[in-house]
Amino acid sequence: MNVLEVPVSLDHRSMDALFALALAGGTGEEPILLDARHVRWVDPVGMVALLGVGRMLLRGTGVRARLELPEGGDVVSYMGRMGFFQEAVHVFEGVEARVPRRVARSSDVLLELTPISENRDIHTLVERVQDRAGAILSRTLHYPSSSVVQFSVLLSEVCGNILEHADAPGWVAAQTYSWSRRLGRQVLVVSVGDMGRGFLGSLTPEHAGRYGDRWNHATALEAAFIHGLTRFPDQGRGHGIQQMRKQVRRWDGLISIRSGTARIADVPSWESVPPLEDGLPPVPGAWITIILPALDVSGGAS
Amino acid sequence: MNQMEAFSLDVRDLMARTVADLYSHLITRPTGRAVRLAIERQLVDLGRPVLSQVDFSSVAVLDYSCADEVVARLLLALRDGTVEAEAWILFRGIQDFHRDPIEAALGRHGLRAVIESGEAAAELLGPSEAAERDVWERLETLGRVSREAAPDLLFRTAEDARHLEVLARERLVYAHPVSGDLLSLRVLARSLDPSIQSPPSQEAI
Repeated sequence: MNVLEVPVSLDHRSMDALFALALAGGTGEEPILLDARHVRWVDPVGMVALLGVGRMLLRGTGVRARLELPEGGDVVSYMGRMGFFQEAVHVFEGVEARVPRRVARSSDVLLELTPISENRDIHTLVERVQDRAGAILSRTLHYPSSSVVQFSVLLSEVCGNILEHADAPGWVAAQTYSWSRRLGRQVLVVSVGDMGRGFLGSLTPEHAGRYGDRWNHATALEAAFIHGLTRFPDQGRGHGIQQMRKQVRRWDGLISIRSGTARIADVPSWESVPPLEDGLPPVPGAWITIILPALDVSGGAS
Repeated sequence: MNQMEAFSLDVRDLMARTVADLYSHLITRPTGRAVRLAIERQLVDLGRPVLSQVDFSSVAVLDYSCADEVVARLLLALRDGTVEAEAWILFRGIQDFHRDPIEAALGRHGLRAVIESGEAAAELLGPSEAAERDVWERLETLGRVSREAAPDLLFRTAEDARHLEVLARERLVYAHPVSGDLLSLRVLARSLDPSIQSPPSQEAI
């Protein structure tokens, strides 16, 4: 049995350690156990990434890895409320008993883990999130009431990115947390991930030539994120990412995209991650993290 | 010249008929593309000059991809002749939250569009030279100007005749093909469709 130990905390900071487990999965000659017993914290980024690792292991070995669930009942219960197990059952063994027979929406969840594989999925989730997003954005994050439309547009664009560019299904989830120690405020965490061709794969046919030897995952991310390039030759494409960046900046938030061996980010003053990293564990697809902090109503800068 | 017509297209109705009646938001590129193609089909089928009032009043969420399709690519298709229709487009019912996506889409393609927000005056949205915008605004204020009166009423600089020509070519104003009279799209809409608002007294377009 090949036992892979899952980090204790699953969020945007531990994402790379989590992805590294997929590399350690081997060829499937030995059964794989993903040991998550010591997990104490998981957010949407952690859950979407954990599903990604499961999918990568399944793709690499042809068999589902076994997932040993966290010992903390609160964590498992929370993962259940976030709809993790309905998706996990397709990529992991050992979670079947956790899949609810009847899906009930939990009142404290903004957006459960939702698969995105076609246009109608995006319509459905934007419809579904309206009421809750309105309440959370205004009461918890103190954003103006008009922000619910902007948040819906953000969700639509980030999920549309999967269908337009990844050519593969993906997942999205969102939830609010109190970052009392790290930031002293509430934050809204949105995670979107897919197992598609990634930015390098998407842009290579159209743009690799002009970059020559410099063309790699990091330059592909820069091309899309900074310069708005897409695989489509016509104008008007690629502004989804630019507009997402603009909106996240207005809210003083973080947006980062992890693809291949690289990550690029717009980093607000309250976060310390580098704006561009390369040489990270390779991952298929694209993994987008958005973190939106509450307005600082105490009078400080937001 | 064929008789000119005006018709209104409620974008949400169109979405319900062409994409799915369960959707209430104008989001995602495939949805926008389907709505745009439906509008284009109607313009072509009509087979005569038309003022189309594309109404966004019932659209609660509009994303950038849809704005690119339903506004920018529609205008591009008409401008470039990929859709064979003689059409002027007035985007109506534009609310504050529609403006950002529409403005971004227009800016990306270097296009302009005439929009109306409720009872407010129409507005020229998109990148324009200040002098050109001034000419458009003067005609918008006056509503209708005869060809003979245009130099006195609309022109302030030697370049303004050229600006007006560009505005007419891009169908941001209407120049009557016979009389040469100039109309703002807002006044043109009300002349052709009296149900919108009591029309000013004028001859047939």
